[in-house]
Amino acid sequence: MCQAREEYGGCEGPCGAPRVSCAQKCMKCKEASPVLVIRVGDAFCKACFKEYFVHKFRAMLGKNRAIYPGEKVLLALSGGPASSSMLQQVQEGLSRETAKKLRFIPGIIYVDEGAVCGQSLAEREETRRQMETILQASGFPYHVACLEEVFDLPSSILHCIPPDPAGPRSSYKEAVEGFIRQQREEETGGASVPEREVQEKLAGLCTRDMPGAEGLAASGARPLATARTDEMIRLFESVKTLTAKEELLQTLRIHLVLHTARVQGYSKVMMGDSCTRLAVKLLTNLSLGRGASLAMDTGFADDRHGNVVVVRPMREHSAKEIAFYNRLFEIPTVFTPALDTKAREKASIHRLIERFLCGLQAEFPSTVSTVYRTSEKLSATPGGAGPVPERCVLCLCALDTNVEEGSALQAILVSEQLSQKRLPAASPTGRGCCLGTEDQRGCCRNATAPGADARADLLPLLCYGCRLTVKDMTSLENLPPYVHSELERRKCRAAMKLEIQEFLLEDEAGNPGDS
Amino acid sequence: MAAPVSLLVEFGGGAELLFDGIKKHQVTLPCQPEPWDIRSLLKWIKQNLLKERPELFIQGDTVRPGILVLINDADWELMGELDYKLQDKDNIIFISTLHGG
Ligand SMILES: [Zn+2]
Ligand SMILES: [Zn+2]
Repeated sequence: MCQAREEYGGCEGPCGAPRVSCAQKCMKCKEASPVLVIRVGDAFCKACFKEYFVHKFRAMLGKNRAIYPGEKVLLALSGGPASSSMLQQVQEGLSRETAKKLRFIPGIIYVDEGAVCGQSLAEREETRRQMETILQASGFPYHVACLEEVFDLPSSILHCIPPDPAGPRSSYKEAVEGFIRQQREEETGGASVPEREVQEKLAGLCTRDMPGAEGLAASGARPLATARTDEMIRLFESVKTLTAKEELLQTLRIHLVLHTARVQGYSKVMMGDSCTRLAVKLLTNLSLGRGASLAMDTGFADDRHGNVVVVRPMREHSAKEIAFYNRLFEIPTVFTPALDTKAREKASIHRLIERFLCGLQAEFPSTVSTVYRTSEKLSATPGGAGPVPERCVLCLCALDTNVEEGSALQAILVSEQLSQKRLPAASPTGRGCCLGTEDQRGCCRNATAPGADARADLLPLLCYGCRLTVKDMTSLENLPPYVHSELERRKCRAAMKLEIQEFLLEDEAGNPGDS
Repeated sequence: MAAPVSLLVEFGGGAELLFDGIKKHQVTLPCQPEPWDIRSLLKWIKQNLLKERPELFIQGDTVRPGILVLINDADWELMGELDYKLQDKDNIIFISTLHGG
């Protein structure tokens, strides 16, 4: 089988791709025939592969000790391969015998993004029907949300809410012991476990806390709000590039998931990002100027939202391992088109980076794991004891734009100003801005909704990465109301601070910049 | 002269979108002087099954990076990749691991 690469014949290991073949035995049990090659030259049989896959998932959770026993954990399920196998891993872990059982309380959220991914209403219904089958079969409480629901989110979604101090945050060990004690009591005490399950189920029936929102009584019973759908489509049409659309979708999606988690009392959200996906994300985010929040964006845990922490337990599983696992063990998945389905290879930065990495990976099989290992070495911004940094309104990362003189960002801003020298720096009052000859930015097109004003207000409150996204939008009017109301709130606060500034005693040793 | 070969060819992970959304294809490869291998199967797929955007499936004489190939539920890397000689009743699966298929 190896004739094609004769030149590598006698040379194992580092020099070139060593060939493995079916004639060889599984590297673990040394008995069965292998079914796939995992790392360079490592071939596993089906049984050993399963063990390896499951072990890796549990080790990731165990190593990080992030999830407390009895904690409510929301699994973000897209129907795609990675999140579907994540769901299966959780099911597997919960069905184990007591000693090895996972001890958290899972729920699932599925977000229907059909509106922006080009699905017709009928296609969305069909996708939703398929998802409901999987959701119901899981036996876990679940929540189905439409991306359109972001228009109803409260502006508190843009706040970092500190975790409840009364919560089980003491120590992992105490939490485990407490949980075991409690379980023993429940076992002797009788009906409390099923009762809790019933409550979970009931909680699962209501997806939103909005008054008048209808629950998820029957499959497909909730009509898709077409007005909202049009609004959503308009929002995405106002975004000029696929790169920015992709970023906006990610932001809105996480807000919606976060909201559901808060309303339903989940303190963790599990995302199914594979190591392949994270490697792509790492390089993409670097290219998008999101270097400052790289550790949070690609690490195991992301606690920027405070009381709900996002974790990524699939981060050591490659896309290949996941695809094989799903195929060999018949894990159901639902394919839904994404924003970039059938797009050209250079249509967005995300797409371009993915192609670049996959291309390299084909030649050098440790490419993805090398990039991924880099992300492990990153650590979140050294916040330390200093003042709480101002956060980006949209993505809640620490603002990376208050930088000192001579930084790369400053250089960019200066050259940007120079290249647009016709435009005076947007005046805070704004109204007089089209006295000049050109009004190409359309600031006076609509006197009641001054788009340029909103933009000038919003940009300083954004991290560099989110600024790029917003700059690719032709209009901010279509952004969901919670963004606008949070913007107003921040503006008022800043204005108020300015007003009382002169009455404040300058606190020399204190925390400057804290409000 | 190689006898005709019957195969079950499957597409998944979104790759099926390039094949009219059809995941399973029962195909019979005609007689040809050379024995059929994956390399010649890819050419045949390009000419006979692929409905659009061939560059999203095939690059050069192989599959686009990011698309996995399974031969009878085993990794094609174990089977000689492009040089694997197709047998009657083989099951060949192409799974896209790329975002959006
Ligand atoms: Zn084995
Ligand atoms: Zn941001």
